[in-house]
Amino acid sequence: MRLAILNSGHSFGTKVLFAFIRMVSRLPVPDAVKLFRYRSDFYGMRWGVVAQQAMRGPSAWSVGDRELMGAFVSKMNECECCMKTHAGVAAVAYQDQAKVSAALSDLETAAIEEPLRATMRMLRKLTRQHAVDADDMRAVLAAGVSREQIEDALAVCFTFNTVDRLSRTFDFFVPGPKAFEAGAKFLLARGYR
Amino acid sequence: MSNFTQARKAVVARILEGDGRAPHALRRAAFDNAALAEPLPAALIDKVARHAYKVTDEDIAAAKTSGLSEDQIFELVVCAAIGQATRQYDTALAALEAATEKERSEHAPSDPQ
Repeated sequence: MRLAILNSGHSFGTKVLFAFIRMVSRLPVPDAVKLFRYRSDFYGMRWGVVAQQAMRGPSAWSVGDRELMGAFVSKMNECECCMKTHAGVAAVAYQDQAKVSAALSDLETAAIEEPLRATMRMLRKLTRQHAVDADDMRAVLAAGVSREQIEDALAVCFTFNTVDRLSRTFDFFVPGPKAFEAGAKFLLARGYR
Repeated sequence: MSNFTQARKAVVARILEGDGRAPHALRRAAFDNAALAEPLPAALIDKVARHAYKVTDEDIAAAKTSGLSEDQIFELVVCAAIGQATRQYDTALAALEAATEKERSEHAPSDPQ
């Protein structure tokens, strides 16, 4: 982490919580948790509600679909930490690691549903080029995606286009496979609040 | 208004209008990725907005050298990240609106007058 305050500037209560997490999980506290818990009244507390709504709120997309979109957007933003974390959640949610790996490796050839593929194409352009146009949206609608589903996918994209930037700017530590596995189980079971 | 929209607006209102260590004008400029007088670290803010994976230790060190505290840098980076994600989101919603406008006008009830 590039800011010392995000590593060690937390309140006493939060430090106690982190010690408890380390003791129970036998793993370091993820940098994402350190960020969200730092002066949480400024950002983390309200951000948790945003992420929970985008990733676990009512939607025609499954949890696995939304986690896969998040991992995919993170890949576009070159954020390894977020990509691996949310690819892990998607794999557990789908009970299908191969599907997630294929979609992240080559969106065009992966065995995924066409509405999901068309939506992810649009998210890829929005993330890389910072803009999409009406023709891009018509292509997604033509693939059978509803307006509400597009709005829900944009909520996921907004969430990761924020968090990926914070992860890369503050230089989140990329842990080993055990930590990603534990993080995936936690996020699937508990969500983002 | 959806719960997501409400939550998103609450975060934006908090970081831009609530109490903080960085002045409101700096937070707004970071959110907008707009040029402003020192000590806003414009190069860092622009990197966060356009390609955050290119941010380096030196960029953060330069922001500190310009007189900003770590708490101020934390706030300004959060504002810059949410600001750019907001512009992307708003652009996409406008594109969706444009794509569905014709369809909705065709299905709208005719004017009784």
